[in-house]
Amino acid sequence: MKTKLLLSFALLVGLNPLAMAQTSFDAKFQKMMAEGFRAEGIAGLDRIKQDETQKFCSDPKQINTKQGAAKAIEIQKINMASIKQPADGKYIGDWKSGEAIAQSGRGATWTDKADTVNGGGCYNCHEINKKEISYGNIGPSLWNYGKNRGYSQEVLVYTWNRINNSKAYNACSNMPRFGHFNLLTQEQMQDVMALLLDPQSPVNQ
Amino acid sequence: MKLPFHNSMQTHFRLLVKFVVASGILIGATTVFAQSTADEIAKYRQMIADGNPSELYEDAGAELWKKPAGPKNATLEKCNLGLGPGVIKGASAQLPRYFADTNKVQDLESRLITCMSTLQGISAQEIIEAPFQKGLKKDMDALVAYVVTASKDQKIKVSTKHPKEKEAYELGKRAFYFQGGPMDFSCATCHGSEGKRIRLQDLPNLTSQAGAAAGWGSWPAYRVSSGQFWTMGLRLNDCYRQQRFPFPIYGSDLLTAVSMYMAVNANGGTMQTPGLKR
Repeated sequence: MKTKLLLSFALLVGLNPLAMAQTSFDAKFQKMMAEGFRAEGIAGLDRIKQDETQKFCSDPKQINTKQGAAKAIEIQKINMASIKQPADGKYIGDWKSGEAIAQSGRGATWTDKADTVNGGGCYNCHEINKKEISYGNIGPSLWNYGKNRGYSQEVLVYTWNRINNSKAYNACSNMPRFGHFNLLTQEQMQDVMALLLDPQSPVNQ
Repeated sequence: MKLPFHNSMQTHFRLLVKFVVASGILIGATTVFAQSTADEIAKYRQMIADGNPSELYEDAGAELWKKPAGPKNATLEKCNLGLGPGVIKGASAQLPRYFADTNKVQDLESRLITCMSTLQGISAQEIIEAPFQKGLKKDMDALVAYVVTASKDQKIKVSTKHPKEKEAYELGKRAFYFQGGPMDFSCATCHGSEGKRIRLQDLPNLTSQAGAAAGWGSWPAYRVSSGQFWTMGLRLNDCYRQQRFPFPIYGSDLLTAVSMYMAVNANGGTMQTPGLKR
């Protein structure tokens, strides 16, 4: 019995030509990636060392399987657990500053410096204030964000979490994890929150 | 009798006039940017179609091709881009491809590195390390412009028959979907579905035939915004910069594989090279 099991295990893992081809393909891919990049400025090689989330989301075929759906929930839990609520308990900052942060797409490239103030790049993908006609459409429109959803504590916390770590709700969301990777400071995130959820913000008029 | 210097000055002047007219149109267009950017750019392209500034690079490339250079003081006229030594016409429409002499799949730029190093004795490493738009990379820009112009209007026809070609395609596909960096981006984040934009910039879906043909088929290109000719190597370099990745190494198998993925997806489309971009 044991021998049989061992044998089938060996066939499955070691001698299965498909599995072997996959292992060799993986090795070739790793080699290509390792030899394909060099560090430049603030963009070090650590940036192509993937975390669980990135690894999972790099395989679109796997995501759509039953196993993938279960894994996605696990990934979301990991990301949810990493979110920190604002240390000063404040969710809403200054919407004017939030607008400037939403406009700026600067930061974190190898042509930026370590002390470059990052932008949120929000308009790259979202419609926010309708007055800004140059907006992208990778993400949903955020016009009237607070007006449509209300200003409850629940909405505040959800939005805070979503800006911090969008992957807590959708494992392979296209949105960067602004809090998780310290792309934005706590204060900047409070200001972006205000742009969306201050009743005075032009977004909610 | 031909006076090459005079001719080139005339070309300069002709282009300058077109640019002044064209930039006026572009500035006028900003007020109605949202609805008609694409239209205006299309008009601009049409107007400049018989005078793409890439011509200047192409002319320089044609000269470089025939000019003895490097430690071996040799020309590139025996360079084999896949269709036989010295054959330029249609060559880039069938790249990347497998080359038996290097036992590798190569794209246009990595193949030109091979030619410059084997035929002329120029250091491959020096080409790879040269900063963009300068020195040996400037020569590369010109050579690329020369070669791709000779594939203008040709059908994109990239083979996956050789096992290494098939493999390069699969490796490129995996790289295309590889997420990394502090923003979790992959190529697919922006170029994996239809009808997407960053700000007002339309993003071709490079996973579809039509999108890949539009994207792959219109690079290398002259960029009006920077006033520079950009090879595919530089285009992909800037993509990875904006992806917040580390620096992709010029001429690497990685860039060839990503190119292979786009080029094969684009098969059946038409090379519109050199392109003209904002």
